[in-house]
Amino acid sequence: MTSSAAPTSPRANQGVPSTRARLARLAQRQGALVILVVAVLAATLAFDSFGTPGNLTNIGLQASFLAVVALGMTFVIMTGGIDLSVGSVFALGGVLAAWAAQYGTWAALLVPLLVCGAIGLVQGLIIARGGLPPFIVTLAGLLFARGVLLLISDEGATTYKVPAESAFRALAQGSLFGIGLPIWLMIVAFAVGGIVLHRTSYGATVLAIGGQEDAADLMGLPVARTKVIAYVTSGLLAGFGGTLMASYTSSGVTVLGVGMELEAIAAVVLGGTLLTGGAGTVLGTLVGVLLLQVIMNVINQVGSLNSNWQAVVSGTILLIVVTVQQWLAKVQRR
Amino acid sequence: MTDSTQAGRRPSAAPGHAGGQRSTGGDPAVTAEVPGDAPGDPASGSAGDARGGSTVVDGAPRPRRPRPRLDADWVRRNGVFVALALLILVNVVITPNFVSEGTLRLQLIQVAPVLIVALGMALVIGTQGIDLSVGAVMALAAALIPLYIGYGAAIAILIAVLAGCVSGALAGSLIARIGVQPIVATLGLMVAGRGVANLIGGEIKSIREPGIVLLGSGSLLGIPYVVLIAAAVSVVVWFAVRRTLYGRRLVAVGGNQRAAELAGLPVKRVLITTYVVCGLLAALAGVLLAARSQASDPTRLGLLVELSAITAVVIGGTPLSGGQVRVAGTIAGALLMQLITATLIFHNIPDSTAQVVQAVIVIAAVYVQLGRRRSGRPGRSGRKASP
Repeated sequence: MTSSAAPTSPRANQGVPSTRARLARLAQRQGALVILVVAVLAATLAFDSFGTPGNLTNIGLQASFLAVVALGMTFVIMTGGIDLSVGSVFALGGVLAAWAAQYGTWAALLVPLLVCGAIGLVQGLIIARGGLPPFIVTLAGLLFARGVLLLISDEGATTYKVPAESAFRALAQGSLFGIGLPIWLMIVAFAVGGIVLHRTSYGATVLAIGGQEDAADLMGLPVARTKVIAYVTSGLLAGFGGTLMASYTSSGVTVLGVGMELEAIAAVVLGGTLLTGGAGTVLGTLVGVLLLQVIMNVINQVGSLNSNWQAVVSGTILLIVVTVQQWLAKVQRR
Repeated sequence: MTDSTQAGRRPSAAPGHAGGQRSTGGDPAVTAEVPGDAPGDPASGSAGDARGGSTVVDGAPRPRRPRPRLDADWVRRNGVFVALALLILVNVVITPNFVSEGTLRLQLIQVAPVLIVALGMALVIGTQGIDLSVGAVMALAAALIPLYIGYGAAIAILIAVLAGCVSGALAGSLIARIGVQPIVATLGLMVAGRGVANLIGGEIKSIREPGIVLLGSGSLLGIPYVVLIAAAVSVVVWFAVRRTLYGRRLVAVGGNQRAAELAGLPVKRVLITTYVVCGLLAALAGVLLAARSQASDPTRLGLLVELSAITAVVIGGTPLSGGQVRVAGTIAGALLMQLITATLIFHNIPDSTAQVVQAVIVIAAVYVQLGRRRSGRPGRSGRKASP
């Protein structure tokens, strides 16, 4: 849901865009990447410990959990919706995975996906078929998933442990070629997501719906089905992110994921995806997530700054980026 | 309560536009709230009595006052009041000691801060915006009090409330002047604001200043100050929405911003004012919460309040697509949410079940509200089915 205070601008002129407009668009799409590169270079020069392979893979590993969630969020936002439930669903997925691990590795992988996918399905159906605002529906989903989580964890008192001999632990703790498995999974997920969104008819439909839902509907595109799939994807990926986290920590931590939906939205927005839907890239989201993680890492490197600076810096950067995006959009329209 | 404010007619249409921009493409809800107010109309009747669903024929001098009829539409508009009454009745029957001064007092004290935030949120949602930063602003205001308590309670509270205004002005400027989407602008402020609150507040600090303690736990004629303040804010917001030029403009901007601009309304000023008011009210709620608990806890204070406030506004019948502010509905919505939580606590139903129940109630309430106006995507025009 986007309650845009700005009048929805007409699409940029449909003819051949001028060089200036093209540059502006490039900056809008890749602005976060520029900031990321500058930040990484500056941090490498400033701190000896930042550029070490160990630290960089650590950043990647920490980013992978949020990245998976933000990927699902990207799909939803591109349809012009929003999914506030991902934080709770992430936590629920983690607890379910840790609980199911006692029944085997496959159970630990499939149970959270089934439950979280079902939550996404119900939300998608209510939004797409019932015509309710995504903001409200997924807000209820946030409450619902958190409630279910408390129910199965005995009001948060129980922490399920993944059995020590379980192969499920390898999912996030194992590594391939010296790089942690979650990083590989993140890369694969984004590659698949990118192909689906930018190279398939489904992705084209997603962008069409986000661009102008009525027009997509009149063209005969399967609007409702596409939206439902987007919300199911978001639920599945949030659940999978939680599963990864459960494997990484070997337990189902009940207090995780609070505020994660906002981090995911921030990452998507930083990546140049418009909250009105219909524009953006999967790669941008990945850049947005990495940027947030780099900020966190740098704040930790400084040492004298406490972790609250991270929120201040992240929030400020978000505001600056969207301000610049607005300005670039104006340049494009000229 | 005269209608003298109505004398301040709108300024003439912006030059360069043909006069008589009759925008009929507006939201039917606007016309239900703003009686025929097309440019060039004679001053129409008193605002605020057009409660009915009678959509004003564009250009009609004054709306017909419909007789209230008990039908689905009536339920949709007043469902929140019916639900609240039913829940009170149920509690009177099944909850021991429900009807007692102590219970009533406690419930009102509990709901007061959320209600104050929800009223500010209702104004913002009326402009077709949303404010996610209210919880962070509450924490920020509460964190400022211990810092300045040395100068006396009044100064400390003033500074805290001013901080809320500054945050609101920042949000409003980003939204109105730069054109950032409300959800993004206030999201950024929420993240940054919570960080700032933690930075300046640090760990939990207790506040023992007598003035603050009195504000949090004192009463006047048996009514707690906190409740009195919430009631006063309710009356002021109701009056502002219903009887002032500002309220008129707010609803017009929320209903159709483009049309409001063409009609020469000061759209940017209205938007910024609204966010400033929302920030001010959030800061006030933060101060009251800190005063009640005699402590400021920047990490936990106001957490998820933005969601409670939005829920109260929406089940009170204010659509997320703007153009309407339902003050009485918002008050009933906040009371209903509070009473649901309380009822579940009275009967020892655990928190987890309470959350699931709340989720179902929110969906059901919005579904009923949307019976006539299906707005799949607030903020987009052209998605609303005509009535």
